[in-house]
Amino acid sequence: MSETTTSSGQSERATKQFVTLTIADQLFGIPVLSVQDVLASQPVARVPLAHPVVAGLINLRGRIVTAINMRQRMTLPPRDDGSEGMSVVVEYQGELYSLNIDTIGDVISVPLDKIELNLATLDPLWRSFADGIYRLDEQLLVILEIERLLDLDAAEAA
Amino acid sequence: MDELLTEFLTETSEALAVIDTELVRFEQDPSDKAILQDIFRLVHTIKGTSGFLGLPRLEKVTHAGEDVLGMFRDGALEVTPTAVSVILKAIDRVKDIIGGLEESGSEPAGDDSALIAELRVIAGDDATPPPPALDQAPVAAAPEPAPEPEPAAEGAPPTDADGGFPVAQELLDEVTAAGADGPGVPTDADAGFPVAQELLDEVTAAGADDAGVPTDAAGGFPVAQEILDEVSGAQTAQQSAAGTGEYTEGLPAGPQAIAQPAEQPAPEAAPQVAEAPAEAAVPEAAAPEAAASEPAAPPPTAEAAADAGEPRQVKESSIAAQSVRVNVQLLENLMTLVGELVLTRNQLLQMVRGRDESEFKVPLQRLNHITTDVQEGVMKTRMQPIKNAWAKLPRIVRDLSLEMDKKIELDMLGGDTELDRQVLELIKDPLMHMVRNSADHGLETTAGRLEAGKPETGVITLNAYHEGGHIIIEIKDDGRGVNIERVKSIILSKELATEAELAEMSDQQITQFIFKAGFSTAEKVTSVSGRGVGMDVVRTNIEKIGGNVELTSEPGKGSRFKINIPLTLAIVSALIVESGGERFAIPQIGVLELVRVSNNSENRIETINDVPVLRLRDSLLPLVDLPKVQKLKASNEDDPDVERFVVVSQVGTLTFGLIVDRVFDTEEIVVKPVAPILRQVPIYSGNTILGDGSVIMILDVNGIASIAGALDMPRQEVSDTVQDTSTTAGERVALLVFRASGSQLQAVPLALISRLEIIEGERIEYAHGEPMVQYRERLMPLIATDGGEIKPDGQQNLLVFQEGDRAAGLVVETIVDIVEQVLKVELTADKPGLVGAAVIDGKATDVLDVGHYLTKAFPDWFTATQEQRGDGENLRKRMLLVDDSPFFRNLMAPLFSVAGYEVITADSADDALQMRDDGADFDVIISDIEMPGTNGFQFAEHVRGDPRWRDVPMVALSSRASEKDRERGRSAGFDDYVAKFDRNKVLDSLNRNFQREAEVPTEKVA
Repeated sequence: MSETTTSSGQSERATKQFVTLTIADQLFGIPVLSVQDVLASQPVARVPLAHPVVAGLINLRGRIVTAINMRQRMTLPPRDDGSEGMSVVVEYQGELYSLNIDTIGDVISVPLDKIELNLATLDPLWRSFADGIYRLDEQLLVILEIERLLDLDAAEAA
Repeated sequence: MDELLTEFLTETSEALAVIDTELVRFEQDPSDKAILQDIFRLVHTIKGTSGFLGLPRLEKVTHAGEDVLGMFRDGALEVTPTAVSVILKAIDRVKDIIGGLEESGSEPAGDDSALIAELRVIAGDDATPPPPALDQAPVAAAPEPAPEPEPAAEGAPPTDADGGFPVAQELLDEVTAAGADGPGVPTDADAGFPVAQELLDEVTAAGADDAGVPTDAAGGFPVAQEILDEVSGAQTAQQSAAGTGEYTEGLPAGPQAIAQPAEQPAPEAAPQVAEAPAEAAVPEAAAPEAAASEPAAPPPTAEAAADAGEPRQVKESSIAAQSVRVNVQLLENLMTLVGELVLTRNQLLQMVRGRDESEFKVPLQRLNHITTDVQEGVMKTRMQPIKNAWAKLPRIVRDLSLEMDKKIELDMLGGDTELDRQVLELIKDPLMHMVRNSADHGLETTAGRLEAGKPETGVITLNAYHEGGHIIIEIKDDGRGVNIERVKSIILSKELATEAELAEMSDQQITQFIFKAGFSTAEKVTSVSGRGVGMDVVRTNIEKIGGNVELTSEPGKGSRFKINIPLTLAIVSALIVESGGERFAIPQIGVLELVRVSNNSENRIETINDVPVLRLRDSLLPLVDLPKVQKLKASNEDDPDVERFVVVSQVGTLTFGLIVDRVFDTEEIVVKPVAPILRQVPIYSGNTILGDGSVIMILDVNGIASIAGALDMPRQEVSDTVQDTSTTAGERVALLVFRASGSQLQAVPLALISRLEIIEGERIEYAHGEPMVQYRERLMPLIATDGGEIKPDGQQNLLVFQEGDRAAGLVVETIVDIVEQVLKVELTADKPGLVGAAVIDGKATDVLDVGHYLTKAFPDWFTATQEQRGDGENLRKRMLLVDDSPFFRNLMAPLFSVAGYEVITADSADDALQMRDDGADFDVIISDIEMPGTNGFQFAEHVRGDPRWRDVPMVALSSRASEKDRERGRSAGFDDYVAKFDRNKVLDSLNRNFQREAEVPTEKVA
């Protein structure tokens, strides 16, 4: 991931740092301050009858963390290459959630004024939890908004 | 917010709660001085402290309130509901202000003048000079007893002796003198109260200064100071009276008010206390307080004044020292830590379990014990008496009773019963709701009650007690009970059930509809209840914490809510089970028993009407297949004969079984609430981490039952579905259809069969030529049906019939099905062993005469076995069974004889009446209703109309059991009316009748 640089001579731009991650070949970003942990694949306890988005529960150093199947959440097809994937742990309303993703990338700094809010190009579902798009050289980075991502009730209604 | 203010808020909140309750009690018994004392003291304290802290609104409101209270105390004001209501208003206002204080750290802006005016009006108004002055400044400095004449102080003689308190004594004398003169009138002028007047002047002067700063030195209050000094001298001689203030020296209110301040934290104390005696004297149109002068009064005062800043001394020596105030968050943290400790201990135990020899075993044992003790100790800290949840209720009931113009009394029993803090919080609202319900809907109006012959005052009783790991809370009222007809019409209007369904339900079942969402019998939404919040929310809230609530009602007599809650939430014992390859935990409290089932064992899962059931002792247990509910693969899908387990649980009044694939063991688990995303799933009540680190879900038995639909229509047993009390003609019977040999289908009423067994031919033995098999440590004779045969080898099916400890097995070749349908038997006259033939499930089937076969096995099957009972007493009750159908006589007779009755049958009412004429006597009569000739109702009327059998209990058996029929039966003279094929209900009914007829001698002459 290339880092953007502020052009010299301009006043310092406000930037925000994001952890980048890939799900089904799409690049996403989560504000670095929201990320509590990054985990390798974990044994997951299934929860029958739970919402399909819930992959199950994991034990993270004694705390019970809800694992979220991000592909399911984004209505993407399940992983088929047999790889284990990783997960990113975030906190939302006092609970910890482990978001199952494919791979994790670098932390990048994004100038705030370069974040595009016109999301018309995005799938409506993604639009519901995206906070903006940032154009990198070769790809688009979709910035995720954790609250809306994990607010399933609103998602159902949408 | 500074610590001082925080403490003030805490203590004042507590005081307010107490005041609420006390005021209501006081209103009910205005002659109770002690209560008033308490109230006065509390209000007084709030006033004083708020003055000191510079909280003018509070001070003014409490002051005005205190005035009224003072007048109550002196008998100058009658305790009327109106007056008390205004005081309560003042208390509410104080609560509001406190609330605002809590939020922002300073008094919210507001105008209390209207309220204060109201209070003044009640107080008869008009004040006297000093008090208004006092209003502005917490004149703490001087004890300013503007001693007022004690009006007809009943039984409050001030001391006579000087006792070393010259100034005080003088004041006292002035007061006494005044008292002798009659009711107190405030005086501005000296009017014979020189000392008093001086004090008054000091006070006024102080007031005018608006200083509000306490002073220890004389500071311009010579008279006051002298008294103060006298008092501090007295202090040493006195026992500490903090908290009690029982000065029996005949001193009226004052001293107590003074004692109270001693409990205040240090800084407040000095000025506070000093003020107290003065305030206590709050002159007013008769709020007299000769008090200050009283020697006994002020040890605390003196204390405080003397050790300005160290009143803690007094506090320490009292009961206050026995308990400590602890921040709730601290306790929560402690609880969490203990939880973690338990989990870690479990993990260690798990690890050591595998190894036999380990140096860790012994210390781990100790750790185990210690952890358990710590756990118990910490859990105790979370326990609070339930009266904390009841605290608000007296006031609410009082307000309700005024609002609805009903007389209501609230009895609270078992207030000391302790339960977990968390649980307490959660039931506060449901409790309030139910009490409101009772007051609003349950209790009749005063007129209504008198009409019904009840006492004017309706009583609502709260009763809490422990029972086996649960806390039971009952809310009873002696009102009109649930109006079944109204409930029915609402059910119909909201389309919650059809007329037909309603007709089949018992009153109890109909009553349960009250818990359905959207249900409210209130015609209009009163401000009290009927807001549509409803009992369903109450039930949900209670079930959320693992409890349940039940409503029983007796029309005209009252209703009773019974709430059942598990005692603690956080750490529970749980049974670990497996379902669909995953493990789950079931809280031990929900588990009644475990039954191992398999297709080959004597405990088999059978199906009746597509509902899996388990025959457990005498009842049929409806079952829920857990893996199926969870949409997982059950262990018996691959191998139908695999052993599984049934976890027997009880939800409310319904007992049912949960089928799981495997059972592991019991573990102590720490319950952690589920993540919000999982809360919608009803079958889970939490999750936990096991000793081995794996996360498992905790099952909610209630939730599972409701998902499986087992709870929609509360039924006691599945046998209800078998006994269908439909209104179509003919009776529906459950029949077991089998083939004895060859292709002929035969059937036997299911109700008669005790068990179905499979035996190997090799087990059959012969004794004097008769085949039998060893069964449960006895020999059980085997019978073959006519035309059937007992094979010497291979598997055979047995229908086991049992009576007492005798059993007989009917060998059949194959069991075909269990069918429930209307039975129309075409009788065949003379084939022994058969009652007749019928079309069952579309095919011609022989219906067996079980009795015939049983007597083949034991010729004396049906005759009394009292000789065998050994003790010579004829224990069998004699029963007369009247039914025109031989099939049903044959059906019921063995049932009853198995239950211990000696059964005599009659095939018509006339036959039975003939027996009566012949002198026969019975302990109980069971009769059919639909009979040719004289029907059951007429029979009952005959029986009741004649002395010979008039007192014999009579039970009607019929397939028709609607309300109307029951009514008719009862008015004809039947004691009970039961559906024909519900064996257990019939037996229950008989038992009940016998309990009532305990005096009926069992010896009867045939």
